Amino acid sequence: MSHPHDDPHPHQPDIEDAPLGYHETLTEALLALLRDKGVFSADELRRTLEEIDSRSPADGARLVARSWIDPAFRERLLHDVNAAARELGIDAGGIPIRAVADTEQVHNVIVCTLCSCYPRLLLGAAPDWYKSRAYRSRVVREPRAVLREFGLELPDEVQVVVHDATAELRYLVLPCRPAGTEGWDEPALAALVTRDCMIGTAMPIVPG
Amino acid sequence: MSPRFRPGDAVRVRAWDPPGHVRTPFYTRGRRGVVLAVAAVHPNPEELAYGRSGLPAQPVYRVAFSQAELWGEAAERTSDRTVADLQERWLEPAP
Repeated sequence: MSHPHDDPHPHQPDIEDAPLGYHETLTEALLALLRDKGVFSADELRRTLEEIDSRSPADGARLVARSWIDPAFRERLLHDVNAAARELGIDAGGIPIRAVADTEQVHNVIVCTLCSCYPRLLLGAAPDWYKSRAYRSRVVREPRAVLREFGLELPDEVQVVVHDATAELRYLVLPCRPAGTEGWDEPALAALVTRDCMIGTAMPIVPG
Repeated sequence: MSPRFRPGDAVRVRAWDPPGHVRTPFYTRGRRGVVLAVAAVHPNPEELAYGRSGLPAQPVYRVAFSQAELWGEAAERTSDRTVADLQERWLEPAP
């Protein structure tokens, strides 16, 4: 069925339709200079971006799942996440990452109130909400209300501990192994561990 | 530089408002907390930000605050806690 041409489809702006901001202009200029001076090539830049984009929460989930089935690995993970990740062939990068372990009594959640520090090499790029002012300012002030908006209602007897990554460390939440997973193998366990479980805005759930 | 504080020490964050790049969140300033651990010894990022050396390297501590200490009457749950990573030069003993 044809439609009248005086009734155009709503126009969705293309990416170039918004004006370049100050920082976009600065970034473009800096990139052009670095390329022109041969500091790196366009191909190297693309490969680096591909490497960054290839990271996903699957790597973090493997660490969590392994820690659930191997208590000695769990100890090593709590001592040094980057070294424990190397054991599994995962490059967690040069910035130290610290695992904060949930217990029956303590629920951990991470934030970077100053900017958006995030264990990117284990979880992939941070979600936009993690970088938002709303999350960064509210989760230190009213963590339970924020977690409730994520669908996570914590019992009164559980203490919430918010970790504000203000310095040279990144944090990774090590959630509790859910009941009903006895005897599960590592890949099946890892499939329960979502990105938000390792931020602390969710808990692993066994499909029922 | 060997760490001045040990785990379990009570500290108060300096109520200080220097200009420029600052890594101590505003909500912790002037607040009393407890050192959990030495997190790192690192060149001062507040100097590194300006291309300076940031030396001598500074101990960075994981400091825990109760929500009651941070937010007073407005605390959502007084017994919940927030842990921030803070540089030694921002901390004073709070016996």
